[in-house]
Amino acid sequence: MLAKRIIPCLDVKDGVVVKGVKFRNHEVMGDIVPLAKRYAEEGADELVFYDITASSDARVVDKSWVSRVAEVIDIPFCVAGGIKTIDDANRTLQHGADKVSINSPALADPSLITKLADKFGVQCIVVGIDSYYCEETKQYQVKQFTGDEKRTVTTTWNTFDWVKEVQERGAGEIVLNVMNQDGVRQGYDLEQLSRVREICKVPLIASGGAGEMQHFADAFNQSDVDGALAASVFHKSIINIGELKQFLKQQEVAIRL
Amino acid sequence: MIVIIDTGCANLSSVKFAVERLGYKVVISKEREDILGADKLFLPGVGTATEAMENLRQRGLIELVKQVDKPLLGICLGMQMLAEFSIEGGAKQADEPVPCLGLVPGTVSLMEPAPGQRLPHMGWNQIQPQSDHPLFKDIEPGSYFYFVHSYALPVGEHTLAECDYGNAFTAAVGRDNFFGVQFHPERSGKAGAQLIKNFLEM
Repeated sequence: MLAKRIIPCLDVKDGVVVKGVKFRNHEVMGDIVPLAKRYAEEGADELVFYDITASSDARVVDKSWVSRVAEVIDIPFCVAGGIKTIDDANRTLQHGADKVSINSPALADPSLITKLADKFGVQCIVVGIDSYYCEETKQYQVKQFTGDEKRTVTTTWNTFDWVKEVQERGAGEIVLNVMNQDGVRQGYDLEQLSRVREICKVPLIASGGAGEMQHFADAFNQSDVDGALAASVFHKSIINIGELKQFLKQQEVAIRL
Repeated sequence: MIVIIDTGCANLSSVKFAVERLGYKVVISKEREDILGADKLFLPGVGTATEAMENLRQRGLIELVKQVDKPLLGICLGMQMLAEFSIEGGAKQADEPVPCLGLVPGTVSLMEPAPGQRLPHMGWNQIQPQSDHPLFKDIEPGSYFYFVHSYALPVGEHTLAECDYGNAFTAAVGRDNFFGVQFHPERSGKAGAQLIKNFLEM
């Protein structure tokens, strides 16, 4: 049986792992390689590295750290951030990444999704979506350039329309990050995830809001997501991945122990 | 000598690192003398069948790979390329089946997941080796391996291990000296490392 995935996310900035609250006030969490290795040993099913400065700064980002991770890690990992062209994706995959994730560049040029899918196969093209629930308009909005608060913009895309669009263009997986919940550890936005699940035919990864083990169980059992991504609870050792997987097994979630 | 065949569109380095973690030396090459002189070969793949076969053709590798008489292990798309045909074309299915290497029988086709299952088949799934094949020495039935694909080879007479996702499909195949695994052993933790070790010790 296909196992549900537990995915620690490491936000990378200038070669170190950082974490901010609601995408702001980044604090340094540690070096990339030892943290990645620790998570793999604890039982993480996959790792995601978000180079959070990349899309905002319009620069070619040094990806040599991808090779350093690939050398020591024997579980799959995905790299996001700054991948705007086929060449960018190719370089990242050549360094040893298993998947690439695109977010802001896909919003700027949605045809990029199809170009990448045709070149590398849909299975290694992940689309990240930063979704924000606006209390005033009661709308789920897609945000762009979230790596830099000063540059973050609200796009004209409604989250659900964008979820449909990226699938039609060849996305092989969607990571839905609910910005309202990010870093505050109050639980995943189950209502939004369930609504996206209904229209999402590709694997769906929940992101933003995990604070305790029950939050993961809820995302799997109530919103039927394929994976759950979290950062601060793992970095700060609030939740141990091995214990989390034992807990989920008891909750009858299909889990690889 | 262990050689990873340089197929151009593959993530070659993760396979290289996995072999090196086991303490072996390995070279990435598309040169005739390396490929025909190797004791063990890997044929890795990330991408689409259309793209990958085109890459092989441009590099003059199609006939060369067919001449290999030492054990060769195709990984993921590399395994699918061993088949006769594939219908994978990228964001959409190929208009015509793409001729592949024809080293194992069968046509790679789009998977048909059960209701509530998604494509691509992405993540850790359990395999059932069919025999006491040396490739699966010290690997328990039901072990988890990492898969990421939408197309698969149906179960056939050369299937060495099955996996189930909607339907049973070939997780590992072997015919003569040509072997293939649909999963990524280089990304499948301890079980994957064991499989690579088994292949290198065959």
